[in-house]
Amino acid sequence: MAVLTAPHPKPPVPTPSRGGRARSPRRTPPLVLAFVLIPLLAESVWVFWPALQGFYLALTKWDGVSAPQFIGLDNFREMAHDDVFRSAAVHTVLWLVLFGGLSALLGLAAALLLQQERRGVGFYRAALFLPVVFSLVATALVWQAIYQPDGVLDQLLASVGLDSLRHAWLADQDTALYAVIVPALWRQIGYVMVLYLAGLKGIDPALYEAAKVDGAGAWQRFRHVTLPQLRSVNAVVLSVIVIDSLRSFDVVWSLTRGGPYHSSELLSTYMYSTAFQSLRLGYGSALAVVIFVLAFGVIASYLVRAFREAD
Amino acid sequence: MSANSTAVRRKRAATAGFHLGAGALAVLWLLPIALVVVTSLRSFDDIAAHGLGSWPHSFTLGNFRQAWVDGGQQRALINSLLVTVPCVLVTLALAAMAAFSLSRYELPFRRALLLLMLGGNLLPPQILLIPVSKLSEMMGVYDTLPALIGVQIGFGVGFYVFVLHGFMRGIPAEIQQAAVVDGAGPWQIFWRIILPLTRPALAALSALSFTWIFNDLLWAITVLRSDTKMPITAALIGLQGQYVSMWNVIAAGSVIAAAPTVAVFLRFQRHFVAGLNLGAVK
Repeated sequence: MAVLTAPHPKPPVPTPSRGGRARSPRRTPPLVLAFVLIPLLAESVWVFWPALQGFYLALTKWDGVSAPQFIGLDNFREMAHDDVFRSAAVHTVLWLVLFGGLSALLGLAAALLLQQERRGVGFYRAALFLPVVFSLVATALVWQAIYQPDGVLDQLLASVGLDSLRHAWLADQDTALYAVIVPALWRQIGYVMVLYLAGLKGIDPALYEAAKVDGAGAWQRFRHVTLPQLRSVNAVVLSVIVIDSLRSFDVVWSLTRGGPYHSSELLSTYMYSTAFQSLRLGYGSALAVVIFVLAFGVIASYLVRAFREAD
Repeated sequence: MSANSTAVRRKRAATAGFHLGAGALAVLWLLPIALVVVTSLRSFDDIAAHGLGSWPHSFTLGNFRQAWVDGGQQRALINSLLVTVPCVLVTLALAAMAAFSLSRYELPFRRALLLLMLGGNLLPPQILLIPVSKLSEMMGVYDTLPALIGVQIGFGVGFYVFVLHGFMRGIPAEIQQAAVVDGAGPWQIFWRIILPLTRPALAALSALSFTWIFNDLLWAITVLRSDTKMPITAALIGLQGQYVSMWNVIAAGSVIAAAPTVAVFLRFQRHFVAGLNLGAVK
């Protein structure tokens, strides 16, 4: 029998290989090994191996039919002169700041509003959370109906006498990106709210009592008790938001496909259309590498956090 | 009059204010959903005559029939379920196995393995799209549902291993030791002891992964090409092209596409929220 690891007290050696804690006289049971190796194999086939190939393909020119042709860093040099790439990168940053920032702020605000257990609060929470389970495609279609020329939004504006504001929200280069962010927010805020609700629930009420006794007002209690206590949730929300922002694809693809004239193009949609519609697979892979590099910092810090928690 | 009654009045006002604010927020959030449900029940002529935002003047279930039969949503929904259900089951089974081994046995490099698997899930999928589509071609499964199932399992498993590992780690070692003394092997410990104790986490993760896999668009359009094999998300985009500006049919299609996940959410709301927190806040 293998030695059982006690979950708590922590083993002193990070990677117990030899001579750490008491080693079992016999080797790890084959079944236990297989239990790890089979899932690892599945992930290797569909994730690790393709990822390595992706990095290699970024250094090639490839139409998907003939053999990929190695061209070194030419794809990345081309990006420097690619206006669409530049605007897609700017939009991605804008998306990160607006979509990410607003969903964090509004999610926290919603959590603060709905944190207290009282009558009816479950309904309000569920209402805010319901869009999270919608597919982004269905979400996008709902909002397309709202944004239509002569759609619900225009009719609403007309009915309150703001006719001058009416226009084709998604077909206008100046508004397309912002019009796409709104449904993405509508869907994300409930998710962030749930994370913050759990965080708020974890705060010791005694801290608030103490602050109150010391004469702290509502704002001071929020500033000096709530916010510091939410630090670990903030880190999670931040990573979720950055990773989600860089992955954002469905909502843009189904609303505008990055158009009109690339005005709502994100790196993810540009990568997809370059690879699968223009069939420039090498350049598409290079764009994917850029997305990876942008995400890498977050992934790395997430893993460092996870590393600390894992044992 | 007295300070007491002022306090009561103030509290009542605060409660009313809360319900007013939260209620307005809830209405704002539910309005788009109500709009699509109402639109799906109106006739085309009604919408053409009065506009999308008007009060409904008609009631019909024909849109659903049109989306379901002519729009191919029936087949798309079946495809989605054919992908989602095996994916959820297999991913969770594999993840539970790996999490069991990594959390209950002193395997060499177990922490590195755990983080490697989590890292794979955190990769932006964009870097995998082209190689995965080529790989599925090479393996002869391109444009088949098994390819989609394979990639969903491979891409998802790391995250679930991480979450389940965190959960299983908290199970006291004594329970397992007692079983070892009784002569139980790893399989019996896994199947009879650890897995039953992990049920809350498994329930939470299955609710969550059901919606994630069901709602996916990117992997589906990466490894599938034929319309007849597309899941409901891709079919919905197709429907939009097929019934341009026939909002009644498109809305009906959206309702059909959203119904399964909404049903899962309403039925397993508690697990669902627990799942999100399990993954993130520990």
